[in-house]
Amino acid sequence: MTSDASPARYTATAASLHWLIALAILGTFSLGLYMQDLPISPAKLKLYSYHKWAGVTIFLLMLARLGWRITHAPPPLPAGMPDWQRRAAKGLHHLLYVLLFAIPLSGWLMSSAKGFQTVWFGVLPLPDLLTKDKALGETLAAVHQALNLSMASLVCVHVAAVVKHHVLDRERVLARMLPSFRNKAGS
Amino acid sequence: MRANAMHHKWLGAVMCAALLYVGLSAGTSVAAELGPVQVDKSKLTFVSKQMGVPVDGEFRRFSAVMAFDPAKPEAGRAQIEIDMASVDAGAAETNEEVTGKNWFNVKQFPKATFVSSSVKPLGGNRLEVAGKLTIRDKTRDVVAPFTMTQQGAFTQFEGALTIRRADFGIGQGVWADFDTVANEVQIRFRLLAASKKG
Repeated sequence: MTSDASPARYTATAASLHWLIALAILGTFSLGLYMQDLPISPAKLKLYSYHKWAGVTIFLLMLARLGWRITHAPPPLPAGMPDWQRRAAKGLHHLLYVLLFAIPLSGWLMSSAKGFQTVWFGVLPLPDLLTKDKALGETLAAVHQALNLSMASLVCVHVAAVVKHHVLDRERVLARMLPSFRNKAGS
Repeated sequence: MRANAMHHKWLGAVMCAALLYVGLSAGTSVAAELGPVQVDKSKLTFVSKQMGVPVDGEFRRFSAVMAFDPAKPEAGRAQIEIDMASVDAGAAETNEEVTGKNWFNVKQFPKATFVSSSVKPLGGNRLEVAGKLTIRDKTRDVVAPFTMTQQGAFTQFEGALTIRRADFGIGQGVWADFDTVANEVQIRFRLLAASKKG
């Protein structure tokens, strides 16, 4: 099932980054949905800050992940996979990478345009690339939302593909991304 | 002080006459009473800190009456009145909140005022004004360093002071602790008044 030349699974670092970021996205995305309709209160100001800190953190984790991905080839896809599925998988992964950079970026720019600087964990101020501009802030809010909805849809496709390959095709694609102790125990 | 008011008035008149004489003899005009503050050219802003993040705010409507004589800065006077409902605290929902009961309570306290009590020269074009700042129903003594510069036909006064919002009862109820909104608020002013001829 596995070829000899390429590793059969993602490295522990790649898998850790994948799951850490997946968890962070789930939390930050849900928080983003929840917080925007809250009436103004100290809690709301806190949640907005936490959301922004998490966004900056995801961006930095994505930088590390991109660096790792460039220097470490992923394991090959199952041998019998049709060409269109290979291309679709590659395209989907590329799009998700792009979105995971674009979403925090759009949030940061939106925040600047709305006149609220982002200060990571209340300590490290990020520069404001945009000056305060109400209309631009609203446009960027729409962009941030659209990018997020795209990401949510693509994550659904991503998960659906895993389920399809794992359950229906009985290909061990999920095992490639799971902690390695499971594989060691199995082999 | 009050008992000496008449005496002061008389003294003031003599001094004005003397200054006018000095001004005329020097061939220049002495700007004592300044023209009204040009609100469209002036700025009254503030910086609050929310979760450690500085957020800019502004008062769009205010009026100021100032008297200032460069030759005798200690005699300078300033009286500023701020329309608290004209606040722009950064976002629509924030404006609604800060004009409400817990913050400025503009229905009950529509105006904030500053009345100077003394001006002290610090050297060069730097001075310091002391006075009474009233926001809501609280009056506190404040001191603000500022610079005075000529901008064409205008005299510009620019300076800043930091107040503690709790001193004025600004931010009550759920906002009373300083976890989200810091106690310190910096107020910045840049006031331009026409330099009237004396």
